[in-house]
Amino acid sequence: MREFTYTVTDPAGIHARPAGLLVKAAKALDSTVTITKAGGKSSAATKLMALMGLGIQQGDTVTVAIEGGKEDENAAALERFFQENL
Amino acid sequence: MRFMEGKGVSKGVVKGPICFYQRAAAAVSNHASLGMEAEKRRLEDAKAASIEQLNALAEQAREEAGADAALLFETHAMFIEDEDFCDCMDAALMEQPCTAEGAVELAGEQFSAMLAEMDDPYMQARAADIRDVARRMRNNLMGVTEGGIDVGEPVILAAGDLAPSETLQLDKRSILGFLTQGGSSSSHTAILARTMGIPAICGLGDALDPAMNGCTVYMDGETGQVVLEPDGPTLADFEAKLARQREQQALAESMKGQADVTLDGRPLMVYCNIGSPEDVAAVQANDGQGIGLFRSEFLYLTASQYPTEDAQFRAYKQAAAAMNGKRVVIRTLDIGADKQAAYFNLPKEENPALGLRAIRICLNRPEVFRTQLRALYRASAYGKVAIMFPMITSVWEVRACKEACRAVMAELDQEGVPYNRDTELGIMIETPASVLVAEELAREVDFFSVGTNDLTQYTLACDRQSNDLGRFFDPRHPAVLRALKLAADAAHKAGIWIGICGELAADLSLLETFLAIGIDELSVSPSAVLPLRAALRRTSAKACTLDRLECQAEGERE
Repeated sequence: MREFTYTVTDPAGIHARPAGLLVKAAKALDSTVTITKAGGKSSAATKLMALMGLGIQQGDTVTVAIEGGKEDENAAALERFFQENL
Repeated sequence: MRFMEGKGVSKGVVKGPICFYQRAAAAVSNHASLGMEAEKRRLEDAKAASIEQLNALAEQAREEAGADAALLFETHAMFIEDEDFCDCMDAALMEQPCTAEGAVELAGEQFSAMLAEMDDPYMQARAADIRDVARRMRNNLMGVTEGGIDVGEPVILAAGDLAPSETLQLDKRSILGFLTQGGSSSSHTAILARTMGIPAICGLGDALDPAMNGCTVYMDGETGQVVLEPDGPTLADFEAKLARQREQQALAESMKGQADVTLDGRPLMVYCNIGSPEDVAAVQANDGQGIGLFRSEFLYLTASQYPTEDAQFRAYKQAAAAMNGKRVVIRTLDIGADKQAAYFNLPKEENPALGLRAIRICLNRPEVFRTQLRALYRASAYGKVAIMFPMITSVWEVRACKEACRAVMAELDQEGVPYNRDTELGIMIETPASVLVAEELAREVDFFSVGTNDLTQYTLACDRQSNDLGRFFDPRHPAVLRALKLAADAAHKAGIWIGICGELAADLSLLETFLAIGIDELSVSPSAVLPLRAALRRTSAKACTLDRLECQAEGERE
């Protein structure tokens, strides 16, 4: 398993738009991706409503876990995705 | 007279008859289950039909209201495909002999309730999106067509609340305004109304009574006021507002697409001041020819820690790309004095306006500066970015800024990251010192832009934050205007342009003075562009004088 943490800089947090983009990005990967809010709940990155339900706001830190498939490659892709969109 | 007050969420004044939105009956049909397999097939068909409709709506929204509105419907389509949402509906079908309608109803309720319970008002407002999606699926299952309005004349549409798809499916030509009992300024109806330029008031509650159907009302989307059967003075007030609005609209429309030149053909660059990339829409709507001041502070002031290079890059790139080759002047961090962010840990100062602020912070904290410059140069590959440094007093400061820029360019070269090597560099003229050494400064940079509030504060020794200085704080003081002239002469001697991005730029009574001084650019709020253009096109540059630079007795000044 590979893991990285990211602190959300988007002023609106993980709202519907970036959550939708994240779901699309995660569905395209061959790994299982789990998002965990620091000190809180977690959700599969492929589930839009559950992601929104985490209520992640600007300044919150999330842990992104990547399991199975091409873990290294997928982790790097996701890290880039977070930096560019969140 | 009857009077209601809600929250004005999209401005504009309008008069018209109220029409209540007729929603198709959305009761769960009570036919018996056709059996688990058959209901499952009906559900899948309804999902597919709904997604197809939403994709078509997204395309319509993209054309009528832009990409953000389109994304709303794309998100709706994604809700329908959401794993948890689908699992919930499937489970309902499996557990008991229920209909597909029942399963949709149950899942819609469950997920909208989840969002409605969240702390975040944005997420709470998304509960309406889930209900909208569920209603669409049920309508598809029952063969019900969408509700609507059936009228020949334009109306003010009233409703409990409007789902975003309902708002978009209405024929805009027949809608004068929106009134809703519920909703908030972050509801989609409010957002779409603003995008489409239709006045809207929400949160009117029970005061908005269906018995009012057909009554003629006046509404003001700015103040949130709605009036039925107005008395004499109120009527006169609303009619005056309507007349003023018509006049402004006619003037603005007639000015769109016109060049920014005087009667005798002298061009002036009329640019806009913005505070975030979202404001670019207003710049375009008002036909602004560039951005003369993009304040980068919003990135710092809305954050709880230093904004990352990537977050900044995204914001700058968005604005630069959206302006499509027109100049976008981005001012580097101008924090300190009245603008504070806790994480900077700035020292407490006796006189913060004379303290560590703006470029002084950047030069003292090279890492903060470097991060911003890297983001700016990276964005320069996507449009015509210009970088502007605030609060300059000395030539060495400008040289230090340029050195920092060179270092960043060398880094990007090494990393193979694209940027524009010829990105223009300019400075703010806001201190008397910068005016007095303007000739030397002009040889270092590509442009000047005058910040009139600070220039007035420092020239007249008047604290701009103070409420007690009244007539002493006078941005039209001959000393301030002469400072402008000195800076303009120095700029032109070095062959560079000079603009004004302070509040004074929009003061039409000074337009002739600015032209006489030789100002090349005025940067104003987007809504001030078209009135300024109209005034400019009525002015003859040759006839402009420097009279205002003369000192006059107090009583003689208008």
